[in-house]
Amino acid sequence: MTFQEIAAIIIVLSPGIAAAIAGLGQRFLGDKGSMAITTVLVVSAAVLAGLLFFGQVFGHHPEGGAHAHTIVLSRWFDVGTFVVDWAIRLDSLSITMLFVVTSVSALVHVYSIGYMADDPHRARFFAYLSLFTFAMLMLVTADNFIQLFFGWEGVGLASYLLIGFWYKKPSANDAAIKAFVVNRVGDFGFALGIMALVYMIQPFAGVDYAAMGIHHFSSVGFDTVFNVIVNNAPVLVGGSGAPVAIQDVAFDFLGIHVWGLEVAGVLLFIGAMGKSAQFFLHTWLPDAMEGPTPVSALIHAATMVTAGVFLVCRCSYIYEHTVVAANMITIIGAVTCFFAATVGLAQNDIKRVVAYSTCSQLGYMFFAAGVGAYEAAMFHLFTHAFFKALLFLSAGSVIHGMHHEQDMRNMGGLRKKMPLTWAMMLIGTLALTGVGIPAVDGLHLGFAGFFSKDAIIESAFASHDAYAPLAFWLSIGAAFLTSFYSWRLMFMTFEGKTRADHHTYDHAHDPPMVMAVPLILLSVGAVLAGLVFYDAMVDHHEAAFWGSAIYNAPDNHVLHERHEVPLWVLLAPAICWISGLIFAVIFYLLAPQIPRKMARNGGPMHSFLSHKWYFDEIYKFVFVKGTALLGDLFWKIGDKKIIDGLGPDGMTGLTKASAGGLSKLHTGYIFHYAFVVLISAVIFVAFVMFGQGR
Amino acid sequence: MAGLPILSITIFIPLIGALMILGVRMVGGANLASSASKSIALLTSIVTLGASLVALAGFDAGKTGYQFIENVAWFGGSSYKLGVDGMSIALIVLTTALTPLCVLQSSRSIEDRLAEYMMCFLVLESLMIGVFCALDLVLFYVFFEGGLIPMFLIIGVWGGKNKLYAAFKFFLYTLLGSLLLLVALIYMAITAGTTDVVVLQAGVHPVTGAPLFSPDVQTWLWLAFFASFAVKLPMWPVHTWLPDAHVEAPTAGSVVLAAVLLKMGGYGFLRFSLPMFPHASQLFQPLMFALSVIAIVYASLVAFRQTDIKKLVAYSSVAHMGFVTLGIFSFNEIGIQGAIFQMISHGVISGALFFCVGVIYDRMHTREIAFYGGLVHRMPVYAALFMLFSMANVGLPGTSGFVGEILTMVGGFQASTWAAAGAALGVILSAVYMLTLYRRAVFGEMTNEKLFDIKDVTALEFFILGLLAISALVFGVFPGLIFDLTKGSSLEVLRMIGQVGQ
Repeated sequence: MTFQEIAAIIIVLSPGIAAAIAGLGQRFLGDKGSMAITTVLVVSAAVLAGLLFFGQVFGHHPEGGAHAHTIVLSRWFDVGTFVVDWAIRLDSLSITMLFVVTSVSALVHVYSIGYMADDPHRARFFAYLSLFTFAMLMLVTADNFIQLFFGWEGVGLASYLLIGFWYKKPSANDAAIKAFVVNRVGDFGFALGIMALVYMIQPFAGVDYAAMGIHHFSSVGFDTVFNVIVNNAPVLVGGSGAPVAIQDVAFDFLGIHVWGLEVAGVLLFIGAMGKSAQFFLHTWLPDAMEGPTPVSALIHAATMVTAGVFLVCRCSYIYEHTVVAANMITIIGAVTCFFAATVGLAQNDIKRVVAYSTCSQLGYMFFAAGVGAYEAAMFHLFTHAFFKALLFLSAGSVIHGMHHEQDMRNMGGLRKKMPLTWAMMLIGTLALTGVGIPAVDGLHLGFAGFFSKDAIIESAFASHDAYAPLAFWLSIGAAFLTSFYSWRLMFMTFEGKTRADHHTYDHAHDPPMVMAVPLILLSVGAVLAGLVFYDAMVDHHEAAFWGSAIYNAPDNHVLHERHEVPLWVLLAPAICWISGLIFAVIFYLLAPQIPRKMARNGGPMHSFLSHKWYFDEIYKFVFVKGTALLGDLFWKIGDKKIIDGLGPDGMTGLTKASAGGLSKLHTGYIFHYAFVVLISAVIFVAFVMFGQGR
Repeated sequence: MAGLPILSITIFIPLIGALMILGVRMVGGANLASSASKSIALLTSIVTLGASLVALAGFDAGKTGYQFIENVAWFGGSSYKLGVDGMSIALIVLTTALTPLCVLQSSRSIEDRLAEYMMCFLVLESLMIGVFCALDLVLFYVFFEGGLIPMFLIIGVWGGKNKLYAAFKFFLYTLLGSLLLLVALIYMAITAGTTDVVVLQAGVHPVTGAPLFSPDVQTWLWLAFFASFAVKLPMWPVHTWLPDAHVEAPTAGSVVLAAVLLKMGGYGFLRFSLPMFPHASQLFQPLMFALSVIAIVYASLVAFRQTDIKKLVAYSSVAHMGFVTLGIFSFNEIGIQGAIFQMISHGVISGALFFCVGVIYDRMHTREIAFYGGLVHRMPVYAALFMLFSMANVGLPGTSGFVGEILTMVGGFQASTWAAAGAALGVILSAVYMLTLYRRAVFGEMTNEKLFDIKDVTALEFFILGLLAISALVFGVFPGLIFDLTKGSSLEVLRMIGQVGQ
């Protein structure tokens, strides 16, 4: 085994071991022991992942690209063509993710030692954090869709447990369930996507798949699926009939005749929408802020929520061969980036502002992938992890220093009280809003977000996709809004006269060393991540760096064409952040009475935004109430009245009725009729829907 | 080992144990019997487990067809014929492994007429093992229907407040199915001149070589078998006996009911309906898919609204059995392997969930969800185990619950995208009802004063739940342990239905 392989195994497994030890042995280890073990193991994993990552970026690739390379740990499934291994796939995508996940996780572990110092259940908290890290690593290193799904659901479980960590709070419990269930709605799509792949990708005996680099045919393995697609290999849809080239596969899905790859692509993306809180399935993310703030930084900003972006980039082989699915990604991503930014304007909870900002930035990543700039999406994922974790942990420092106050209306003037936190938050804001020097050759300088976000905006402009202009304009709008709400947060929290009560304000303080050091390290990332890795990830060396991990169709030159955009496109993001800053200065420094008046007078626009476009209200009415109503209907009418009415109760009823009153008999009969009608309807629908075609 | 009638031995050991208890009861009186019955029953069930493991060890998964065949002529064309394949041996070991746990649990929680209870339980075990071994229709029928009686008694004698209603309902439904099965069976015996399962599966007359049942006849026979198996499984709309039976049954009764008795329905489809009536099985595929999807969605929605923990878990069982029928009637290897796996996995998980309910029921004597709340504060170990089983029930990957669900859906998709999409709705709904239950019972503040002194799991409870937790995880991570065993059976079923290679 090479160093790389051994390191990878240690990186992936050590958080799992840490979680198991801390989770099962917390009685013997105590809080300190559990914290020490988890933190040490995760930090070591991060160090190793750093070595791998820097080796991948700056090392030599004699073969002209970083080749995928898989370590098989053990067999999981072997049923027909449903062959799945527990494996670690190493390529630039997974190595980048390994580095992001372990480094942010390690810093969050350290930070939590300070943040959770007074919590009686610290051991459990650290066990969950490590469990999360393990699941996330399994997700990113999967070499097949099923292990990816294992990690996918595993991070969902950890997220559920951590959002509901303070399980006495009803709001935390609600938020935890909401997060899990909304994610499951996405998983509904994901699971169907997997099923569609298995259905389509069945081997045809006459094809030499080995010549395409498929050594062990598995309908859910990345190697098989991607190589089949790239080679447009013939497959045996449904395992029977005549072979069809995969890109021409079409079948009936829910009564509609569809292209196979399109439907798989759309379904998998629905999974990504749930995990990454995209428009329609975003409602869980703001509520997830009920969890402790380090959790928000790790799971709901830097890593888990980016899993959907990772999935789409991982499946570039699929999306490069689809139109509908890719367009859907562009549209949903673009709408999300704009929508979430508008909602971010009207939030007063410091964490919720950052949460909506995350949602919005994820939208950027998605439409970048949708227009074919997967590399730019991954690059933004990478830089965003650092500056968004920094923003969240800084917000955590504010909350920690303010005795769990989260409402910005009760803050203000904190810069003097917590200068370090202010500086960190400032760096995060500069990175998020994308401050840098555009359009000057040789002076390409800026914070992390400048490089990655501008690359995305330019790609959207350069792309020839039908919906790329929509994405471009919405992202320009969102860039302005991002700057505005970010500076609004800065000013409401740190500037002006304080609105906090005396006691809280007097005791407000910067965080202790153990929390400050992770902040400082993250701020290094927020400053440098863009500058240092721009070249490798989206510029001259991107092809060599990503190698076969990301696929670009032969006619997809968006990453090159983005260099040829007109000057105004290069300047637009800068104009956006500057004007956003100016508006924020006017509204929140010079004339703070204006926004207050606007909020007080309400108006439809303000309530529309502060109610987050009324999504929660509508969903609650339709889905939550609807589920309960249907449940009651089936139970009380279906089971009790109709089925039991004909069954045992009806029979006793009949006996009683024949002995005495006739009324019983009549009610009995009504339900007998109802039962007959019900059964006939079922049989009819069964043969119509399940019988003909598919 | 050859020549040792290991299957008969496994079947009859529990019966001998029951007779020993009866002997002690008659000679030594009720008090002695009730204390002696604990050790006799435990010992017997452990020896039975040992015997089944011997069979498992000697079983050659590489061979097709039945193994350990025993055949003694009985009457008419029927015989005492036993034999197992991978699917049945897996179900037998599930039965024999759960019984000692049930016996252990019952020795603590049953106070009234313990000796009689243990006798019922051991007789039930014999009959359940017999069901999975029988290779003769008449013999199968005897075991299959015989199992009704001890279960009826366990619910009717040791059940809760409404036990008579539940026992009556259970009996009525099952009887209805059984009568139709009996009629079909008599017809088949007359037509074929034998009730040998292997002959009937081959589908040709043993003497004349003509096809046994024409498509029309198959349809009627299939429907009769369906009536019986659908009630057992249970499928919508003949499922309403199950929640009542579960609610009234004592904990161990519920465990066996969910873990083993329900599986007889799925087993029946795979062993009899598909191989013997391939034509009719294909004909009714749409109906079976419709009923599977309805079971999954309908039962999940109803589960969500339950206020009684046991009813909730019972409805969840109905939903999970929907995946079994979906997989079976997909007629492909992935679906059928998934269905068999789902049966075993559900045995472990639902058994564990009923044990979990038993833990708090034994302490508080109520199953009302609203009574509980905040258990995690006093019972952290219980909370952790219950969480694990909830997640397994929800089908989290890494637990055995995931394996069966994903495979049956993948299999179902090949046959009907509607069926797969409907079943996938269950993935959402199971999370809804399970997490809501967990939240209401375990999380939150503890406000009910009666709960303030509640104790965490005892060593015995920890042992039982711990073993089941390990099983759920091991099968979730290494499902090959079961697939290797059941692969032959699945392929045989497919061969007989004429869908090999799909």
